[in-house]
Amino acid sequence: MYAFGYHRPGSVADAVKLLADHPDAKLLAGGQTFIPTLKQRLAQPSDVIDLGGIAELRGIRAEGDNVVIGAMVKHGEVMRDATVKSMIPALADMAGVIGDTQVRNRGTLGGSISNNDPAADYPGAVVGLGATVITDRRQIAGEDFFTGLFETALEEGEIVTAVSFPKPVAAAYEKFRNPASRYAMVGVFVAKTAGGVRVAVTGAGPCVFRLPEFEQALSTNFAADAIQHLNVDASGLNADIHASAEYRAHLIKVVAKRALAKIG
Amino acid sequence: MTSVTMTVNGKAVTKDIEPRMLLSTFLREELGLTGTHVGCDTSQCGCCVVHVDGDSVKSCTALAVQFDGASVTTIEGLGQNGTLHPMQEAFRENHGLQCGFCTTGMIMSSVDLVKKAKEQGITIDEHYVREGLEGNICRCTGYHNIVKAVIAGAQAM
Repeated sequence: MYAFGYHRPGSVADAVKLLADHPDAKLLAGGQTFIPTLKQRLAQPSDVIDLGGIAELRGIRAEGDNVVIGAMVKHGEVMRDATVKSMIPALADMAGVIGDTQVRNRGTLGGSISNNDPAADYPGAVVGLGATVITDRRQIAGEDFFTGLFETALEEGEIVTAVSFPKPVAAAYEKFRNPASRYAMVGVFVAKTAGGVRVAVTGAGPCVFRLPEFEQALSTNFAADAIQHLNVDASGLNADIHASAEYRAHLIKVVAKRALAKIG
Repeated sequence: MTSVTMTVNGKAVTKDIEPRMLLSTFLREELGLTGTHVGCDTSQCGCCVVHVDGDSVKSCTALAVQFDGASVTTIEGLGQNGTLHPMQEAFRENHGLQCGFCTTGMIMSSVDLVKKAKEQGITIDEHYVREGLEGNICRCTGYHNIVKAVIAGAQAM
């Protein structure tokens, strides 16, 4: 690991100011991707700004029909939280299949979505539920937030402070895990929401995406049978040593059906 | 250098360290607590698991400076007054180890796993233990007795 300056601000405003003062600084949330990246010397930030001391980034609360989760809330907290479990059980289930216990005890919502790893689970839930990302300066619709491979709509120096997840009518998340890394080779979040059916796919492409054909078929019949006749085009999907694009395309339907079967 | 103060195994410690120092390095090299092992150093194997404010954490994937003000427990701090913790005793009794390298991490993860299960009212069976210990790897593949030990330790806790 290269040396860096370390800062531990006590407020979002202080963190934003530190970022502005140190243009080559990086934010540290849970560190479950960032610290391994530093260890491998794949990043050389001048400064690390640790968000761990900011109370306003923590906490889970119900706001009407939404669950608002602070950016520094850990996956293990989401998995066990009574509000999340009662309002959006699929979100608690999703958090419970990220990494392993120890990763879930450190990894955070804000860190996961800001990194936008193509195989991360959270982007599936954010887009699948039609959630809203809240930053220090604005609100961004979930599907506008994720813009490409490790790319987001965040501006220079902008910090995610929370995500607001609307309570769906019904939802489920299912993933096909890489057995070594536990990342999603394919993850599908299906949700029946007030605004219609949403199907979000993570792990399969360079960035989370929706499947309009699946959504249309499911809007008349929200069950696994409804997508049986559909196939996913493999072009543009990820291909690596773990799976070809064609294999991932096939998995999307399989995993989507498993998610729908969970809802029953 | 940055000053960091934390409670480790019940004792307050203050050290001036480089911000890039890992928690595992801090425990082993600054405090001499070598019961925390470093196996893979890539957050896969779980040999370096310690408790931070009651949660199990992979100490090779955390900076020591992040834990200023926190309470850390390592395998050395698990037993009290010269008596093994019930989970340690269960690993001994059930021979939940072969070479022993992964054991300290296995025990630290198991204690957290059982504590969380009891808080959430989850039944601790073989399936729960095997899933819950997925972040700990035994390269001797001695899982059978490890799982037996954790179930026995859970009953004694």
